[in-house]
Amino acid sequence: MKNPLRDEAAAFQLVLLSLGYFAPIALASWISTWLGLAVFGILTVVAFAALRGGRQQRAALHVGRAAVDDTRRVLVVANETVGGRELLDAVRERAVPGAAVLVVAPALNSRVRTWASDEDHARHEAQRRLDDSLERLQEVGVQARGEIGDGDPVQAIEDALRSFPADEIVLSTHPPGRSNWLERGVVGAVRDRFDVPVTHVVVDLEGQTATP
Amino acid sequence: MTAHTEAAVHGHEDHHGPPPAHQSARIDSRVLGMFLFIASEVALFGSFFAAYFFIRVVNPESTIVEPERWQTWPPAPYEFPVFVAGVNTAILVTSSFTMHWAVQSIRRGHRRGLQAGLVATILLGLAFLLTQAIEYAHVGFNTSDGAFASAFFGLTGLHGAHVFIGLTLLTIAAVRAFRGHFSPGHYHGVEIPGIYWHFVDVMWIVVYTTMYLL
Repeated sequence: MKNPLRDEAAAFQLVLLSLGYFAPIALASWISTWLGLAVFGILTVVAFAALRGGRQQRAALHVGRAAVDDTRRVLVVANETVGGRELLDAVRERAVPGAAVLVVAPALNSRVRTWASDEDHARHEAQRRLDDSLERLQEVGVQARGEIGDGDPVQAIEDALRSFPADEIVLSTHPPGRSNWLERGVVGAVRDRFDVPVTHVVVDLEGQTATP
Repeated sequence: MTAHTEAAVHGHEDHHGPPPAHQSARIDSRVLGMFLFIASEVALFGSFFAAYFFIRVVNPESTIVEPERWQTWPPAPYEFPVFVAGVNTAILVTSSFTMHWAVQSIRRGHRRGLQAGLVATILLGLAFLLTQAIEYAHVGFNTSDGAFASAFFGLTGLHGAHVFIGLTLLTIAAVRAFRGHFSPGHYHGVEIPGIYWHFVDVMWIVVYTTMYLL
């Protein structure tokens, strides 16, 4: 649900919607109390349905790759799994000569801290993970650059695509059952949101630690 | 933007202050401040509405078993000035239109529209307060006449106070508008009072419907 007071136009729309909501209820109540209750119930259900529908109507974001140049661009999004073997292999496969690789580490943060713009610690931690990641990629022969992204991985990808029109997105998560991103349906959301091929890489860090 | 790039852009060697604070990419801090303020306002109005509904439910003349007797609000022999408050509602809703016109005007670079919209909104807000004052003078009951009267004056008075605050903000915005402080790329000082004004309008629609009509 969007914030109904995000700007003046949205707040004005809220005034009109309030009128559209309360006027029929008052009118129906004037005729009969039970009719008023019925209209109240119907309008409330319609309002909730509209709000839920509004969440699913986000159009896919088109990424204008052809207008840039012929460089193949790979956008890698990972957080705690940045050093995983599976991810390194996947990136190495795609990092053909001349390709550009951008690694984005979302600055994971609590919702309250994000809204209060208290992101220093989250960004510091993300920077540390990103530096480790770039170092690991360099060790396997991949030249990449990195950015810290928004705490919401979908938002981080959208931000990155504005300046880095990728040909492919590589999204790395923990295995099912241990991945918060999978739990939240981030992979599906990314596929729905962007018209760019998305490769999902599962990194089992626990398995790698256990294996000698 | 990476930390390294940012440092290069801002000329790290010449910078002597603390690093610029990071901000959420999703919401402007000034809008966030307004949003939190309005959230606190909703809580404030919510407490008054809770008191109002409680008083109305425990009113011995109202009962859910006999819904037709709900019509006995306010308790006899008192009556709320529904028509006058309806006119006031029309005034306030119209002021939201003029406010929206003002903001849309400056977004398109029409400063005259901004100024006229703000002045019209202020005049309509003053008309609302004046009408409410006259309504209070002729309503026929006072706070000492029962809990319903306290709820009535509490809710409408709280709203009236918010209209007054909104008018103060709009007056500041209008003065700035006449001094040419706003442009299509810089009109936050109008937009924030506009959001507040619309919020006050929405609250009045809720107050009028629940207090006067239902």
